[in-house]
Amino acid sequence: MDIRRFPGTRFATWVFFLYLYLPIVILIALSFNENRSATIWTGFTTDWYVQVMNNGDILNAAKNSLIVALWATVIATCAATFAALGMARRRFKGQTAVSGVLAMPLVVPEIVTAVASLLFFILVGFDLGLLTVVVAHTVFCIPFAYLPIRARIEGMDPRLGEAAADLYADEMRTFLRVTLPLLWPGILAGAMLAFIISLDDFVITYFVAGAGATTLPVYIFGAIRIGISPEVNAISSLMLIVSLLFVSLSTLLTWWAGRRGAA
Amino acid sequence: MLEAIRRSPRLQRLLLIGPAVAIVVVFMLLPLGLMAYVSFLERGQYGGVIWDQYTVEAYVGFFFERDFLDNLVVNTDYVSIYLRSFLLSLLTTVIALAVGFPVALYIALQPPSRRKLLVFLVTIPFWTNLLVRNYAWILLLRTNGLIDQWAQGLGLTDQSISILYTPAAIAIGLTYSYLPFMVLPIYASLEKLDFRLVEAAYDLYATRLQALRRVVVPLSLPGIAAGCTLVFIPCLGAYVTPELLGGSKELMIGNLIQLQFGASRNWPLGSALAFTLLAFVLLAMLVYLLRFRKLPE
Repeated sequence: MDIRRFPGTRFATWVFFLYLYLPIVILIALSFNENRSATIWTGFTTDWYVQVMNNGDILNAAKNSLIVALWATVIATCAATFAALGMARRRFKGQTAVSGVLAMPLVVPEIVTAVASLLFFILVGFDLGLLTVVVAHTVFCIPFAYLPIRARIEGMDPRLGEAAADLYADEMRTFLRVTLPLLWPGILAGAMLAFIISLDDFVITYFVAGAGATTLPVYIFGAIRIGISPEVNAISSLMLIVSLLFVSLSTLLTWWAGRRGAA
Repeated sequence: MLEAIRRSPRLQRLLLIGPAVAIVVVFMLLPLGLMAYVSFLERGQYGGVIWDQYTVEAYVGFFFERDFLDNLVVNTDYVSIYLRSFLLSLLTTVIALAVGFPVALYIALQPPSRRKLLVFLVTIPFWTNLLVRNYAWILLLRTNGLIDQWAQGLGLTDQSISILYTPAAIAIGLTYSYLPFMVLPIYASLEKLDFRLVEAAYDLYATRLQALRRVVVPLSLPGIAAGCTLVFIPCLGAYVTPELLGGSKELMIGNLIQLQFGASRNWPLGSALAFTLLAFVLLAMLVYLLRFRKLPE
């Protein structure tokens, strides 16, 4: 018998992927449904997307989401890149503790982080608004940006840096001409993941966003509370598609860079 | 100054690592400490807290409430919500393991190029919006929703089955949300497994089931443990899924905490509940780390 086959696992995998993707496909399909009652198919239309594009509240929420995601990504990626470079040097005392601190946003439940951040901002006297959202997002974006960059450094051949030094490049030159170009795909992948995580976050944003700082997920949550509607289908589908594009790009970038050596 | 930086690798390291660590410490560790502190404060009359009044009222309030004569009476409301959260998280973990293990095994036994693609397909949903994915299940589960229509179309039932706003709906949503976390670590440990060991088991007249039970499963135990931890922990703190699929009656810990900062305006109790949740999560992590050491990657 073929030892690399276990009967039933193939079937389980099919069912698994069906379960994983069917709701997503259905949601996107229904966003093109003409019928207002949302789940009975009567015909194809793109009207709901037109309505979304003309809805001032949604556009404003989308703008807020983009502002937050951009700032959080830039700050978190810079901090994460520096940290990854610092951690890649010679081992030092307390390195495990630093790794633990950087991974913390991944371990602590979102709801706990949300509550703690809310208390902190209120008691310190920060006005809730876009700034508090950016700060909170930066925190949980750091590990998502850090991990791919760190992995990229781990995969780098240390002899390349040594070779540069042998050719009389000083540290700065080595960094700019050798390390950074090799690191670049990792930084870009990390930044994209941070961006998408920020764009998608709901729980923490819901707590620390003041009245004027509604982001797209917070808007969607409010709309779902009122009831399901074709507009919600359309805006939700748009969010899904944006995420899918970003993740695919980020993954392709990692694969492509991996194939191009270094790793 | 610059010269000093150039000469000292320790200073360089500090400058490189410092900003990221500072951000997490100031805006996460510090707030968590503050939250723990607030949980021991007296509740303000109109919400908020009274700063110099310390009390364990919030923790007492977890088990008891005061009746009109100011006597403590056992109150099982919060405990039962904690219990429900634990049971639902456990159930979700078990289902995820039952579904996730065969999938991980199948993927691990594919040719490398195909493996990469399948793993990618498993990870994609993680990066899409959790809120939106749960919303999709409302469309499927609600009364006269798609599952209802299909069930009636197939003649399985003639009246509508209402799954939405039940614990079953929460379990479905939680499993859906966190299933990839089960598959990936199990896959990671199965991928490294030396399949000559399975071959050896067969040579020794083991049946498929025996080979699975005595060789494959024990060797993938670290992955299974990591997967269970990674599913159980976010389930325990779930907010979105019970909020959307559980309705207003089926609360979980996350919703209870949110209520204390919303309608109930009881910050000390909310902080105490959140702090207790965090303690459980850290305990689960600790058990995992002590038993299997390495941090999940």
